[in-house]
Amino acid sequence: MTSAIELKGITKRFGAVVANRNVSLSVNRGEILSLLGENGSGKTTLMNIISGIYHPDEGQIFIGGNEVRINSPHEAFEYKIGMIHQHFKLVDIFTAAQNVILGLDEKSKFDIKTATKKVAEICEKYGFNIDPSKKIYEMSVSEKQTVEIIKVLYRGADILILDEPTAVLTPQETTSLFDILRRMRDDGKAIIIITHKLHEVLELSDRVSVLRKGEYVGTVDTASTTESELTEMMVGKKIELNIERDMPANSQPRLAVSHINCMSRDGIKLLDDVSFTAYSGEILGIAGIAGSGQRELLEAIAGLQHLESGEIIYNDPKSGASEDLRDKSPLQIREMGVRLSFVPEDRLGMGLVGNMDIVDNMMLRSYRSGKSAFLEKRKPKNLADEIVAQLEVVTPSVTTPVRRLSGGNVQKVLVGREISSSPTVLMAAYPVRGLDINSSYTIYNLLNAQKKNGSSVIYVGEDLDVLIELCDRILVIGGGRVTGIVDGRNTTKEEIGLLMTGKERSEDNGGE
Amino acid sequence: MAANKKKHEPFIHITKRDAIVWWKAWLIRIAAVIIALLVCAIVVVALTGYNPIKVYASMIDGTFGSSRKVWNTLQSTAILLCISLAVTPAFKMKFWNIGAEGQVLMGALASAACMFYAGDRFPTPILILIMAIASIVSGMIWALIPAFFKAKWNTNETLFTLMMNYVAIQFVSFAIMVWVPNGSMTMGVINRASKIGWFPEIFGQKYLFNIIIVVLLTVAMFVYLKFSKHGYEIAVVGESENTARYIGINVKHVIIRTMMFSGALCGVAGLLLVAGTNHTITTSTAGGNGFTAIMVSWLAKFNPIIMMLTSFLIVFLQRGAGQIATTLRLNQSISDILTGIILFFIIGCEFFVNYKINFSFGKKITEAEKIEEAAK
Repeated sequence: MTSAIELKGITKRFGAVVANRNVSLSVNRGEILSLLGENGSGKTTLMNIISGIYHPDEGQIFIGGNEVRINSPHEAFEYKIGMIHQHFKLVDIFTAAQNVILGLDEKSKFDIKTATKKVAEICEKYGFNIDPSKKIYEMSVSEKQTVEIIKVLYRGADILILDEPTAVLTPQETTSLFDILRRMRDDGKAIIIITHKLHEVLELSDRVSVLRKGEYVGTVDTASTTESELTEMMVGKKIELNIERDMPANSQPRLAVSHINCMSRDGIKLLDDVSFTAYSGEILGIAGIAGSGQRELLEAIAGLQHLESGEIIYNDPKSGASEDLRDKSPLQIREMGVRLSFVPEDRLGMGLVGNMDIVDNMMLRSYRSGKSAFLEKRKPKNLADEIVAQLEVVTPSVTTPVRRLSGGNVQKVLVGREISSSPTVLMAAYPVRGLDINSSYTIYNLLNAQKKNGSSVIYVGEDLDVLIELCDRILVIGGGRVTGIVDGRNTTKEEIGLLMTGKERSEDNGGE
Repeated sequence: MAANKKKHEPFIHITKRDAIVWWKAWLIRIAAVIIALLVCAIVVVALTGYNPIKVYASMIDGTFGSSRKVWNTLQSTAILLCISLAVTPAFKMKFWNIGAEGQVLMGALASAACMFYAGDRFPTPILILIMAIASIVSGMIWALIPAFFKAKWNTNETLFTLMMNYVAIQFVSFAIMVWVPNGSMTMGVINRASKIGWFPEIFGQKYLFNIIIVVLLTVAMFVYLKFSKHGYEIAVVGESENTARYIGINVKHVIIRTMMFSGALCGVAGLLLVAGTNHTITTSTAGGNGFTAIMVSWLAKFNPIIMMLTSFLIVFLQRGAGQIATTLRLNQSISDILTGIILFFIIGCEFFVNYKINFSFGKKITEAEKIEEAAK
C-alpha cells in the first residue's frame, strides 16, 4: 500500500539552527498520525514544509508514491494537502460560505448559491454543525475552526494537517472535533495532528511520530504504547509526571475581590461582577476559554486596569490591616508595602525588556530604591547571578539580552525576579505556555514552594489536566463572569469544561 | 523528477544573524565605506572626467586644509553633535522628535532677543547667563507643547513636531522684521562693536568655548543615559511601554520630562549658534542640522561617544562636498550626489550586520559533490 504522503530525510536549517534533521515519516489513507514533540522540536516547521511555506534543504517528499516539490501553499492544494493553522485565517465580516470560497479561482461563474449548497453537503457528510450563512465575527472559536476545516475539505483536500487544534477548545468541543476527525479518517482521508498533549495522542491517533529537538525519534503504534514511553521519547529521559500538591496549611483570606466590573473602551463588559477570595498557602487556579477576562482580572489586581466598580481588599499578613487596591497604580501598591508579584502572559512585551540583559531586567522592580539619581547595579547583578545559578538558566552570561534566551529560560528569569521579593500574592498568567516539560515542572515546583511559604498563588492556565493536578481550588471564568469555583481535588475536566461554556457566557468573546 | 526541474528554488536566501562579533561588524562597515568611495569614484569619472583621487584630496583639503578650516570643521561638528545629543533621549524613548530644527531656532531667537534688547544693560557674563536661561526655556517650551499633547491625547508627535518647525521659522522672520526696520529682512551681526553677549575667545580661538561645552555635554549625556535612573526609565519606555506600565513607571511623566530635557539641549544649541558662532540670526540658523542630527544619533545607535565620530563624519562629508564644488568648479549637486552615495552605503551596511545572505549555488555544489561521491 502506498502512503498518502511520505517524507524521507527532510532537513531544514535556519542559519545555524537545525529545525529538522533527517526526518522521515509517512501517513496512509484512512489513518490519523500524531506528530508529537515539545515546543521547539520542529513540528510546525515540518508541517510548513509539507504545506509549501518552507523548502526543505535536503530530503524528498512523496505523494501517492511520486516525488514532488511543493513550492507554495497553492501548489500544496494541487496535491490535495490542506493545513488548518493554529491562528485562523478568516475574514471576520464574511459568512462561513464566503470564507470557504474565498481565493478559489474557479473558471466558472461565481455562484454563492451552489457554494453554500456544497458547504452544506460537506457539513452533513462529516457531521459539522454549522450555518454556512453565519458571519465569522458571530462565531465561537470552535465554529471558526470548523470553517477552517470545511475550507480545506471544499478544496478537495485528502491530506489534512491540524496544528494544535485543541489548544483553544473546551473539553466538550475537543470531543466533538475528535469525532469529526475519526469520521474523516473512515472516509479515507489522511490526517496529521500536531500536538503535545499526550492523552489526546492516545485517544485519537493510530500511530505517533515523535520529534525531539528537530530530530526524528521514531514512530510507534498508539495501541502498543503508554504515556510514559511517549514522554521518554519526547524528552529523552524518564520523567516523573506527577505534580506534587500538599494540603494548604494555615490558610487565611489574603485577597478578597468583590463585585468588580471592568469595561473595554467600546463599552463591552470585560469583567462582570467578579467576586472571589484568594487564601494564603494555596494555589487558586483560573480556567476559562482564552480571552474570557483572565488578563483583565489579573491586571486589575496588579493595578493596570481601571475598574468601574467593586473592591479588591488585601489583608496584610503582618499588620493585619486591610486595604483596598482598586485603581491604585503598581507603584502605589508597592509603596503600600504590598508584596504583589505578577508574571504576565506577555513575557518579553510586559514582564521583561527583551533588548536588556538579565541584570538590567532584574532592576525593573528595584531600580528606584535609594536616593541617588544613579543606578545601583551591584544588587541586581547578585540577584541575576543567584537566579541563573539556582534556576539553572542557560545563558552565555548575565549580560546577554534576554530575548536571545530560549522560552523556558526567559520564563525562569521572569519568575525568578518576581519571587525574589518573597511575595505575599503571586499571580502567574500562562506561566508554562511554550515551555518544554522540564522547564514546566521547574515552574510548578517554584509555584508550590511559594505556596509553602504562605504566599497566595493565583495561576491562570490553559491545560485543564495541569490545573486539576496543581491547584487547590479552580475558579472558572466565562465571558468575564465567574461561572463557578470548584475544588481541585475532586473535580473533573468535564465539569470545568461545562462551566467554561456556562450559560452566562456572552456573545462577544471568543474573538481572541 | 522532470516536473521539478522547471521549478527553480530561490537563489537568495536571507537569514537573521543571532549575534555578530564586534570586529566583523566593523569590518563590514569599513568595507561599506571603501565600496562607497569606489562607487563615488566611478560616478565622478563618469560624470565629470576628473581624477577621483584629486576629488577626494580636495575633500580632505576642505576639511583639514588650514588651521582655520580645522577650527571650522570642529565648530560645525560641535553644533551638530550638540543637537544630536539633544534628540537622542527622545529617540531612545521612541518619541519621534523631528522638531529639533524649531527647538534650536527658538533657543537661538531667545538668545538673539536678549542680545538685542538687553545688550547695553548687563555685562557680558551676566548677559550670557540670561541668554542661556532664555534659550533653554524657549527650547524646552517648544518641545513641551507636542510632548504634552502626546501624553495627554496621544497625538502624533511626528507631525506635531514637524509643524512646530514652521511656526518657529515664522517667529524668527517676524522678529527680524521688527528688529530690522529697513525691511531688508537680514539681521546684521548683533553688537558687532561691543561684542556684548558673545562667547569669549579662549587661547585666541573663538570657537573653543562652544567645543568645550559640547564635549562636557557629551560626557554628561553618556552618563545620564547609561547610569542614571532617568536614563533607565527612558530605555524601558522606549523598549516597551507595557513593561513600563507594568513596573509602575508613569509613562506620560517620562515623556514630558524627557522631551523638556531634549528641548532644553536644543535651546543650548541655539545659544551656541548665536552667542558662539554667528552672532546673528536668520530663518536658516539651524541649517537643517535638526534633521541631520537624527541621522547622527541613529548611526551611533544613541551612544553619545560614538556620536562624536558620526557627527564628524557627516560634517566631513558636507564640508568636503562644499570644497569640491568650489575648487573643481563643480556644481553643488555633484557633492550632494557623493554625500548621498556614501551615506547610503554606511546606513545600508547595517542590513548586512544584522542579516546574512545565503546564495543557493553554494548548496548546488555540495549536491554535485554528492553525485560525484556516489559515482565513485
